[in-house]
Amino acid sequence: MTAIAFRPRLLAGWATDASRDDLAAHLARHGPLPRLTPDALIARVDAAGLRGRGGGGFPTAAKLRAVAAGRRRRPVVVANGCEGEPASHKDAALLDCAPHLVLDGIALVAHALGATTAILAVHVGAADRVREEVAARRDRVPVRVEEVPGRYVASEETAVVQYLSGGPALPTTSPPRPGERGIRGAPTLVDNVETLAQLALIARYGPAWFRETGTPDLPGTLLVTTGGAVQAPGVVEVPAGTPVRAVLDLAGGPTELVQAVLSGGYGGAWLGAPAIDTALSHTALREAGSVLGVPTLLALPARACGLTQTAHLVRYLSGESAGQCGPCRFGLPAVADDLTAIACATRDAPAAADRLARRLGLVTARGACALPDGAARLTRSALHVFAADLRDHLRGRPCGGAAAAPLFPVVHG
Amino acid sequence: MTRRLRVDPIACAGHGLCADLLPDHIDLDEWGYPILDDGRRTAPLDPDEIRAARAAIAACPTLALRLDLESGGRV
Repeated sequence: MTAIAFRPRLLAGWATDASRDDLAAHLARHGPLPRLTPDALIARVDAAGLRGRGGGGFPTAAKLRAVAAGRRRRPVVVANGCEGEPASHKDAALLDCAPHLVLDGIALVAHALGATTAILAVHVGAADRVREEVAARRDRVPVRVEEVPGRYVASEETAVVQYLSGGPALPTTSPPRPGERGIRGAPTLVDNVETLAQLALIARYGPAWFRETGTPDLPGTLLVTTGGAVQAPGVVEVPAGTPVRAVLDLAGGPTELVQAVLSGGYGGAWLGAPAIDTALSHTALREAGSVLGVPTLLALPARACGLTQTAHLVRYLSGESAGQCGPCRFGLPAVADDLTAIACATRDAPAAADRLARRLGLVTARGACALPDGAARLTRSALHVFAADLRDHLRGRPCGGAAAAPLFPVVHG
Repeated sequence: MTRRLRVDPIACAGHGLCADLLPDHIDLDEWGYPILDDGRRTAPLDPDEIRAARAAIAACPTLALRLDLESGGRV
């Protein structure tokens, strides 16, 4: 194992003395916010190569420029910290440990875009503590803190925008993207809270500093949530490009023999044991058949049945469907049923496997949001990574962990 | 200018009339929802197909179909 010589950036306070940075501590650690012209800020973010930390990995500078260029109306800034992915806790951890980095990021982009409305969207129950920190500041653009219902699809950016416009917290059809027409029709920049916190560091310390860690394609650090069979599950900050195995070691290491790791959340994809040294980056994980997404790593013990555990997760995702799009509403329960038949090694399992192959195509890229695509990706990866188990299940010989209870949380929000 | 037929998956309620009117471009899945010919939510059209596409758009009970310019603008 390679030791990681690296000091946390976002979670510096937490790493030093397990404390939350209030405004005084934040200013003592990072100094005051620099005054930057809009062009200077965007140029720094561009040179730093910052990519969105909400899952998509889109270049942040390009998104800023698009909203800045298209403005016929005053843009609105939304910091998205409501994290509907059950496997991820990084946004909550960041808002808890370093709320002022996020608020700095909001102030910087609001100034750069000439926005007069800024909203910080958080989990239900998380607003009060953040509001105390907001009240301690004297931001030129006041930040409104709003709680968004804790449901899987509610944190998707079009759902957040619809909710903050007075509607339900459910995805809408795009285009138009929020950057073109967002809250009450105004062009809306929706950035993940970690993206904004990284941006606040780039504004202070510059792009060269930012690139001192991470990879050329994905510079900087990542907040990663670990879970499953590790000693100390939780949120860790690591350089982008850190191997999966090293992140699990930072989380105290495996509690028992691990056969696979789920990367990218419940809508992500399994990495088999041979892929355990894959680097945490969009490119490397894609090449390994998985995704970075919202960085989460869930370790699956060798004693578990990967097909059964995947069936539980797909059943959960199916229950989280908003039911707005037909292929998701009808397709995900059908996919979950097929997978369950395979997991239980019923007589119908071989027929279910044939149906599943067809149905995975039918639920992909046909919904308003990425929920059905994620469920299909997870299922495909399970059929691939657990191929040996699949053969046994289809012959009526389920593995030892078949029919076991869910190992990962599947409680509806 | 190439036009692209697009289905709004939230507005679509699976009535299926579009598949009758534009059988070359639209199939229905096992639940009755339209599959456009790129397997997703959009299909490129030739100029001589625009008239039939407009008929399908007008026939949709939930107004879930629309015609976009290839570049993404709305027609």
